[in-house]
Amino acid sequence: MDWVEYRLPIMRVANQHAIQYPAPRNMNFWYMFGFLATIVLVNQIVTGVWLTMSYTPTAEEAFASVEYIMRDVEYGYILRYMHSTGASAFFIVIYMHMFRGMIYGSYQKPRELLWLFGMFIYLALMAEAFMGYVLPWGQMSYWGAQVIVSLFSAIPVIGPDLVIWIQGDYVISGATLNRFFALHVIALPLVIVILVFLHIVALHEVGSNNPDGTDVKRKKGSLKEDEKTKYKIHEYYTKKYDIIGDVVPFFPHIVLKDLVGFCFFLLAFCYIMFFNPEMGGYFLEHPNFEIANPLKTPTHIFPVWYFTPFYAILKAVPHKLGGVIAMFAAIIMLALLPWIDRGKVKSWRYRCGLHTWNLLTFAAVFIFLGYLGGTPQEAWKITASQIATIMYFGFFVLLFIYSKNERTMPVPARITE
Amino acid sequence: MSNVSLDAHDSSETENQPVSSNRRRFLTVATSVVGGLGVVGAAVPFIASWNPSIKARAAGADVEADISKIQPGQLIRVIWRSKPVWIARRTPELLASLSNFDDQLKDPNSDEEQQPTFAKNAYRSLKEEYLVLVGICTHLGCSPQHLKDGAFEEYVEGVPEGFFCPCHGSKFDMAGRVFENVPAGLNLVVPPYMFIDDNTILIGSEEGAA
Repeated sequence: MDWVEYRLPIMRVANQHAIQYPAPRNMNFWYMFGFLATIVLVNQIVTGVWLTMSYTPTAEEAFASVEYIMRDVEYGYILRYMHSTGASAFFIVIYMHMFRGMIYGSYQKPRELLWLFGMFIYLALMAEAFMGYVLPWGQMSYWGAQVIVSLFSAIPVIGPDLVIWIQGDYVISGATLNRFFALHVIALPLVIVILVFLHIVALHEVGSNNPDGTDVKRKKGSLKEDEKTKYKIHEYYTKKYDIIGDVVPFFPHIVLKDLVGFCFFLLAFCYIMFFNPEMGGYFLEHPNFEIANPLKTPTHIFPVWYFTPFYAILKAVPHKLGGVIAMFAAIIMLALLPWIDRGKVKSWRYRCGLHTWNLLTFAAVFIFLGYLGGTPQEAWKITASQIATIMYFGFFVLLFIYSKNERTMPVPARITE
Repeated sequence: MSNVSLDAHDSSETENQPVSSNRRRFLTVATSVVGGLGVVGAAVPFIASWNPSIKARAAGADVEADISKIQPGQLIRVIWRSKPVWIARRTPELLASLSNFDDQLKDPNSDEEQQPTFAKNAYRSLKEEYLVLVGICTHLGCSPQHLKDGAFEEYVEGVPEGFFCPCHGSKFDMAGRVFENVPAGLNLVVPPYMFIDDNTILIGSEEGAA
């Protein structure tokens, strides 16, 4: 043991980052989604590797090879449904994780970079999911790719050539499928894993936030002995700070709590995977059970549910380039949250009532946009999605204005519950 | 001498030596620039390999069509990027009648970008006489039929000539514009094309944009 430890610091890392990592003891339900996201990521990688063993990335064979996985490969249908359900689960978990960050102000100083890395993971995840959806080479794979790739044609001057460059052909074709496969199975997973690693390193450097927003790390020498934690916390943290008594070691306390959440998550996940893998056409869209046909456009083209809020924003703007800009701006605004929010108090528990209202409205608007972007176009929906788009951006404008001189409540010096 | 640390010893030695920070800066910048050029050079194959391959370029190459033998009122079909492309020669009477039924069309002024900018006009063409269209219905991709000499009247009263899609009944006029109350939502696509000379059309490239 010592022989290994001397050469590779396994125990030191385990102690520093899990067994003796100081986690606020009031981390609640909202704090399990990071843990769940990690598990889903592992699920995606493992099932993905297994799917690759039976999948053929060519325009001629792709669709048939997915059918082959579903029908002829032993347990192939489970592996594929684990992967496809995992994709949607990933976004559910990530959206919850992001909303947690918003309500408890986890993006605020000093966690700006942590939040930014999270946004990069989110972007990489969207690219990963989009390219993965193209691989079965069904009708929605093909036409979804057509719609998304043609967004780039809105870019002035270089747009049309850029589209041809991305496609590797004048239309979406086998060349496109093949490169999306390479990016989906090698390039982007690598990027995501590296970003997740950096996300965790950054988190452990600044420490976990909590529902009170009370800082558990205090200036060295500012706490009396009986105010400090009784638990064994790694010297990496205690050397720099005094740690208040409101922390518990991440392992086993937080991990066990997260595992309870994981059980419920698994229950829902397995129900969908075994009994409802298509989720009424939301997780796997019905037109995708038909092979891609460049000559036949499906009546309605929607992206999968997790993109629909942004798709609604895209369609709300009656100008091609303007719509694309609005869509990307919607994501960039989220990334800029640490600088848009000028408040000093983190958690919504101790911020003004307007903030709570603003956050809840934002969540509702996001879901409503998702509904608008994922259902057939109707006249009233254009106006509705324009109003919802304005409200989406309005969240950030309002936040920027009221957070400057906000009336807040005092944040408790110790964790209250 | 024993209380002199190694660091102090080092710095005292460098102080005695001629230090040229300009020279150091120049070397740093020069190395970075050369290294950067190397990275740019090495990136070329990775970026260029995403362009359409020679095989894809051959399959998607422009197509020339001889139009010298098309009689007025006649329509020929050529294949471009594995899609049917129609070239129709329209009679002056037909051209004159195109504006008679704008109120029955979904997009009479071609506001939707279903054509290159040069064809966003009343006739949706470069030369009034010649109509060039991708012969694929914008609904579900069937190829509509060309009905002329009054055969189209059966579908739209008072319009003798047009395109009718046998799959789901979408109707288009002789500029490829879609009629109201049919499943197709958009006008037929006008591909990029140009006239090489009076007798030859090149489908796939526009003048100036080649």
